[in-house]
Amino acid sequence: MLSPRLFIAQRVTALLLAPFVLGHLAGIICAVHGGLDAAEILARTRGNPWLAAFYQLFVVLAAFHAAIGVRVICAEFSRGRLREIHLDIIATGVGLTLLCMGGFAVVAVVV
Amino acid sequence: MLTHPDELRVRIWRGDAGGGEMAAYRAPRLPNQTVLDVVTWIQRHQAPDLSYRFSCRVGMCGSCAMTVNGAPRWTCRTHVKEVARNRRDGQLELAPLRNLPVVKDLVCDMADFFRKWRQAEGRFRGGRGRFDAVSAVTAADPHRAAADAAIECINCAVCYAACDVVAWNPGYLGPAALNRAWTLVNDARDTAQSRRLRAIADAGGGCQHCHSQHHCAQYCPVQLSPAHSIAGLKRRVGRAVLRGEL
Repeated sequence: MLSPRLFIAQRVTALLLAPFVLGHLAGIICAVHGGLDAAEILARTRGNPWLAAFYQLFVVLAAFHAAIGVRVICAEFSRGRLREIHLDIIATGVGLTLLCMGGFAVVAVVV
Repeated sequence: MLTHPDELRVRIWRGDAGGGEMAAYRAPRLPNQTVLDVVTWIQRHQAPDLSYRFSCRVGMCGSCAMTVNGAPRWTCRTHVKEVARNRRDGQLELAPLRNLPVVKDLVCDMADFFRKWRQAEGRFRGGRGRFDAVSAVTAADPHRAAADAAIECINCAVCYAACDVVAWNPGYLGPAALNRAWTLVNDARDTAQSRRLRAIADAGGGCQHCHSQHHCAQYCPVQLSPAHSIAGLKRRVGRAVLRGEL
């Protein structure tokens, strides 16, 4: 159900995600406290390669982390009735969906 | 229904693998009586066909565990006044342990529990014979200290019944088996470490499935912390994965 490699992948992605979440929250708080509206925020984010790299990496890590987590949740909710192939399909679907949605969001904000 | 102050109302799950229901009994309320005393009194005076397990009656053998008022407990060392006061009606409700198939009444089939114990390589495999020198293991050795902290398990299956992960994933090895494996992982004399590492990292039910909810530690009657042992196993498995050993 959860191979040692997937377990470590989830732990490592969780570790790496922590500073990204803090950076993201700090960015939001700064923008809100600065009184910026959506147009002003987009004016600052568009064309910024560092921001693009930050959020793209954030999306990739979140997609991996969430996919493994959802895989475990599905396995436990089904009480072992879902087979490995089903769990892999669900996890891959969740991962790819998050990757696409996140990718589009990054493009919309940065490009 | 009014109960005489010297009388204890008890509900006991009666049935077998096919199903069952709670049956009501009354027993005398005595000072310092244990839950096992009550079950024994009911069997001797009211329900001679009531099945339950016990052996030592002093908290050594681990055979008398049951679900007492919703929580897994060893019944020989659980005083009625400790558990009955948690309920407004002062009633005792007894059922077989969770996560194990019922044989009859309060008796569970422990085969799965002990199969997983073996599956987790819970057996000591030494490499020295009777003519070899004794291994020098000092009490101050940190590995020995880690093993000592987990070694006093009486295999009562209280932690196994308390564990939600066992309920969700029938293949999960469970706290008791993994706690036992942790004592052997820390045993310098054991020669089956790579085999044990593969067993405890099993993709179907290895230590990595633990959610660290700590119910095992909360209910362990001898105050062990299988959750702590499992955390140690997770670190060991993590290192093995990063080194490419798994």
